Amino acid sequence: MLPDNLRDRAVAAAVAAFDADAVTGGNDAHDELTLEIAPAKIASICGFLKYDQGFVRLSTVTAVDRYPAEPRFEVVYHLHSIQRNERVRLKCRVRGEDPVIESVTSVWRSANWYEREVFDLFGIRFTNHPDLRRIMLPDDWEGHPLRKDYPVTGSRV
Amino acid sequence: MSDSDLPGTVLTPAEEGAQAASGPRSMVLNMGPQHPSTHGVLRLLLELDGEMVVSCRPDIGYLHTGIEKEFEVKHYQQGVTLTDRVDYLAPLSMNLGYCLAVEKLLGLEIPGQAQWMRVMLTELTRLNSHLVWLGTHAMDVGAMSVFLYCFREREDILRIFEMFSGQRMMTSYFRIGGLALEPPRGWHPRVKKFIDVFPSRVDEYEDLLTNNRIWIGRTRGIGVISLEDMLDLGVTGPMLRAAGLKIDTRKDAPYTSYEKFDFEVPTRTESDVFARYQVRVEEMRQSARIVTQAMEGMPAGPWKADAPHVVLPDREKMKTQMEALIYHFKIVTEGFRVPEGEVYQVIESPRGELGFYVVSDGTAKPYRVHMRTPSFGNLQATGRMVEGSLIADVIASIGSMDFVLGDTDR
Repeated sequence: MLPDNLRDRAVAAAVAAFDADAVTGGNDAHDELTLEIAPAKIASICGFLKYDQGFVRLSTVTAVDRYPAEPRFEVVYHLHSIQRNERVRLKCRVRGEDPVIESVTSVWRSANWYEREVFDLFGIRFTNHPDLRRIMLPDDWEGHPLRKDYPVTGSRV
Repeated sequence: MSDSDLPGTVLTPAEEGAQAASGPRSMVLNMGPQHPSTHGVLRLLLELDGEMVVSCRPDIGYLHTGIEKEFEVKHYQQGVTLTDRVDYLAPLSMNLGYCLAVEKLLGLEIPGQAQWMRVMLTELTRLNSHLVWLGTHAMDVGAMSVFLYCFREREDILRIFEMFSGQRMMTSYFRIGGLALEPPRGWHPRVKKFIDVFPSRVDEYEDLLTNNRIWIGRTRGIGVISLEDMLDLGVTGPMLRAAGLKIDTRKDAPYTSYEKFDFEVPTRTESDVFARYQVRVEEMRQSARIVTQAMEGMPAGPWKADAPHVVLPDREKMKTQMEALIYHFKIVTEGFRVPEGEVYQVIESPRGELGFYVVSDGTAKPYRVHMRTPSFGNLQATGRMVEGSLIADVIASIGSMDFVLGDTDR
């Protein structure tokens, strides 16, 4: 459900009108619009925002590890509309056990590397991604360093 | 002899498969990671048919240092020193983006002098970065002397940075809440001396290049990529402006009082290497204008925010007042708490859109810091840009992107 205080934000209202079930929450703290999206709907919402609402740019995709909370991961998308001079943040909560979410590379090709980076450093898999490999670390690296249960210092034994 | 027998061309089985798939005419050439024209450790897997590039796959990560992880174990203020090391050719832009993000979370009001000082030094950083780009890019294409001229002026800028912060490159001069130190005595004549002559120096570079037939031959019509492709692939900054899109965060969403400055956003429409050169040269002139305005109109007053729980007290007060001493001790040992929340602060770095996504959980250390760095986004377009061109033009094309590998790999 879209929170009532976001009903007068045009983008939030449009997304809710497009697919009311997709929006599970949101806020506009610090004057930055955040919409929480059901993970299963992310690709269709992104397509709607790009082709219907003018968000032609995907600024970045990243993730936040909320360990030990469950669902553990937040996948965060920052979108930018040049025409409206507006930005919006989308968030999806993904479970900690075998985390997986649909790729948005079919909407923006730029998602390719950003999703590879999230896969590499957080271990979240993206389905329908054309080239899901590690990008920063060597292919034989063990673990995902940006997870909260990955140590900052120490050496492998 | 197969390609894998050549020194330095070790291919993974997948890469060899790609080679076999495209037929007997093509060969895979491994450019980098130690090629001087890649300005750092970038590896390009070029599939060639004769001299034509069939496909190009960039391989990054050689300079990955885990800086985003490092943020999570440092106090907010300590994090400033990490930002310098990401884009090491534009350290003050990195400082600024991070400080603005944390200040937004804290709700701090930054005094006028600090804001204008930030504008002036960030624009000097843009000049510094563009000078390195111009010098090295021209050298890649064969114009050796431009490099020497550019580094002459860059040296002046680095000396100014040293005057302000004590450091030439890893300045860390912007801190959460204002500046690290009081602006030094005598900065005004020093900056004035530089910025008064700088436009004539830009004329010198243009004399060497703009009408140079070899330069034009190597850059005009080279590395062309459409605006639609660039937007889709995540390209930002001067490359978009060279394709005719008037986009600049300093104008579209002004931060740190850029709205008070008079400057133009230069654009070209050709979207080739030469257009990117023209855009950046014009940006240098515009940055010089901004520096002049900031220098002449510099407001008086405090240079750090009135927030004793965040900003270190003056040395004098720390030694004479009990309360200031307590604050000093608390900030240095424990840092300061930042209210729970998240912000995405975007600024215009010399290379394009620089975004800092900072998540706070209410403690003295950031829960998560993600840097949306322009070089990472821009590099994704490499393949699209060079496919179908000659291998010699790859050097000119990637030079025109102006990436920094520290900025890409973080």
